[in-house]
Amino acid sequence: MSTQTLPTSRRESLSRWANRHRQWILSGPALIFIVLLLAIPVAYTTYLSLTDAESSLRADFNFVGLENYLEVLTDTERFWPAVLRTVVFTVGVVGVEMAAGIAIAVLLRREFRGQSIVRTIIITPLVATPVAIAMLWRLIFEPTIGFANQFLTFFGLPPAGWLSDPASALPTLMFIDVWQWTPMIVLIALAGLTTVPEEPEEAALVDGANAFQRFWYVTLPLLRPTIFAALMLRSIEAFKTFDILYATKGAGGGSAHEAETINIYAYGTNFVDNRYGLASAALIIFFIMVLILVVIQLRIRGRNK
Amino acid sequence: MNRKVIRAGGALIASAVLAAGLAACSSGGGGGAEGEIDTSRTLNLTLANHSWTTAMQDLVGGFTEETGIKVDINVYDDEQLAQLYNVKLNAASDEIDVMMYRPLQDAQLFAKNNWLEDLTPYVDANPDWNWEDFWQSARESLTIDDQIVGVPLASETAMMLYRTDLLEETGMEYPKTFDDLKAVVEKIHEQHPDLFAFAGRGERSAAVTQFSSFLYGFGGDWFEDGKATVDSPEAKAAYEYYGGLIRDYGPPGATDMNWPQVMGLLQQGLVAFYPEGSSNYAAAVDPENSTVKDVIGVGPIPAGKAGSKPYNITAMAVGISSSSTNKAAAWEFIKWVTSEETVLKIQQADVPGARTSALPADLLATIQGNAEIGVGYDRPYVINVAEARQYVGDPIVAAIQGGDVDAAADKSARDFQEILDHEAE
Repeated sequence: MSTQTLPTSRRESLSRWANRHRQWILSGPALIFIVLLLAIPVAYTTYLSLTDAESSLRADFNFVGLENYLEVLTDTERFWPAVLRTVVFTVGVVGVEMAAGIAIAVLLRREFRGQSIVRTIIITPLVATPVAIAMLWRLIFEPTIGFANQFLTFFGLPPAGWLSDPASALPTLMFIDVWQWTPMIVLIALAGLTTVPEEPEEAALVDGANAFQRFWYVTLPLLRPTIFAALMLRSIEAFKTFDILYATKGAGGGSAHEAETINIYAYGTNFVDNRYGLASAALIIFFIMVLILVVIQLRIRGRNK
Repeated sequence: MNRKVIRAGGALIASAVLAAGLAACSSGGGGGAEGEIDTSRTLNLTLANHSWTTAMQDLVGGFTEETGIKVDINVYDDEQLAQLYNVKLNAASDEIDVMMYRPLQDAQLFAKNNWLEDLTPYVDANPDWNWEDFWQSARESLTIDDQIVGVPLASETAMMLYRTDLLEETGMEYPKTFDDLKAVVEKIHEQHPDLFAFAGRGERSAAVTQFSSFLYGFGGDWFEDGKATVDSPEAKAAYEYYGGLIRDYGPPGATDMNWPQVMGLLQQGLVAFYPEGSSNYAAAVDPENSTVKDVIGVGPIPAGKAGSKPYNITAMAVGISSSSTNKAAAWEFIKWVTSEETVLKIQQADVPGARTSALPADLLATIQGNAEIGVGYDRPYVINVAEARQYVGDPIVAAIQGGDVDAAADKSARDFQEILDHEAE
């Protein structure tokens, strides 16, 4: 072996090395991405959740073990009500959105005149920015001069408190969420419906099934994978809704915390109270909840297959 | 939201760049606390959405012309600004040089966090600029542990906005005491049941500052000697009074209202009496938005058992971020913007109806009166003000909703005490 062959052999050995470790090299970029944007933040949040960090992150803080978790999990004044609100919000909006979304999609499936116009109109709310939407609805729901109450009183109905009344704030927000996100379910369901063959339905028709039976026993089961995907996407999104809640009710979720979900709670603890340790603990608990939700959904899907 | 980026200077920038080049050639100079100013660098100003800011922006070209320092101005609403500081200053970002903040809300926390540069050496090096010329109370609220952490910009005091036409109709005098106020409001309510005879901020945290004048008037306070006193009989009476007026005569959904919401109703001619901070006067008489601008009067907050005790505070200050890498230029800007000459110009531009260059007589009388008798804080002056405000604001909400004010005040005192104890550690 002379020195002249060295470059070749070096290249060869390099390519051999690359070949041996190709699984790392090929997955490298994705791995780096996940580590930088997922693992490090989660690890740092976990670390913070075990400390008494507050006020300034550049100040000294102490390791306090699970104290923050204990404080969050025993907080029946704000944390647990926030959990309840998050669950009510998620189950409520996803339930309505799924039902309404699939119903609208089934209606839109048949061809009719002006179909494209109707489809465009239905999808409009989806395109708008959530914060802008929230501001708009806040004006509409202003109890004295807002459009909603003007509308009600015009028809002789008593005005409502909408967003401003602690009792009706969360339902009103759920309505806004339904208004904005039902179109997404419509879109997904429509896409799903195009893949459903028409033959089974025709066969059912011949067998004398009525419209509801055809939908319930034939179309819906065929749509199941699509519905499942939509359900999963939407419930995780709804679970961590932040924008419309924050833009309408602010950091504390209103004067009586009436719209404070877990996300808003963690945000307020972090950015208003500057208690980073406590907020991190709340977020880790929230993270685990989302994780459980995902695992349950994956299990159900696995069983269905 | 509400983010305006304004690059001042225009054509001046060209000459500034030239000046920068020359300055770079002649190194040296400067010295003292001020160090050297690098005019090739843009100075970042992070400011609050405030009438002072609006007035200052028209003048800032003069600063660039004078010093050759280009400025980049970013304006945010209070809440966004607080969160921006939380993120950027925690990260020791050098993107903020000059920062505007609310002394009573932020100064103690920011100083404790070492987010603010100690301005004492700069102040000492500039005797002509004359720190002693600022109001003593303002200087005190910005001197923490013997360090000057900011320079006062704007003051603010409590006022009562009211409809002169509606008061006239009652045939009654402008209310001197809280009892008088209640009587007048009741009369207006009888005459105009479709209007809101009294409205005010009702959102838990936002209401605290405007409620403070009522608290002090009743003889109450937030805390004394490290003990929360929001459960004192005086405080409870004040909570019941302020919240009760809003409950009985105010708009629906009041517990969701900060000043823009109440002001909106006032501008629509729906409100008779409304206690608010003096810097929001302009909105009440805004020719574009207010349908009642000609019948808006301003009066002092009426007196309670303890007399008339309106708050009179330093609302805004300007300081230098401790993470700034452009501190000398930042000080140059602060020196310019708080100089006698600039302050005079801003004050002239700041007043409503700038052409007459005079405040309306009733507003001026209220402001001058409050300067004599005012209380120097309008919120619990602790380190973590934002958290404390939520607790001491709870009984206001309870009163508006017709709940148990007694129990709410007791609970509020317990929660607030926890903060006081924690901070005393």
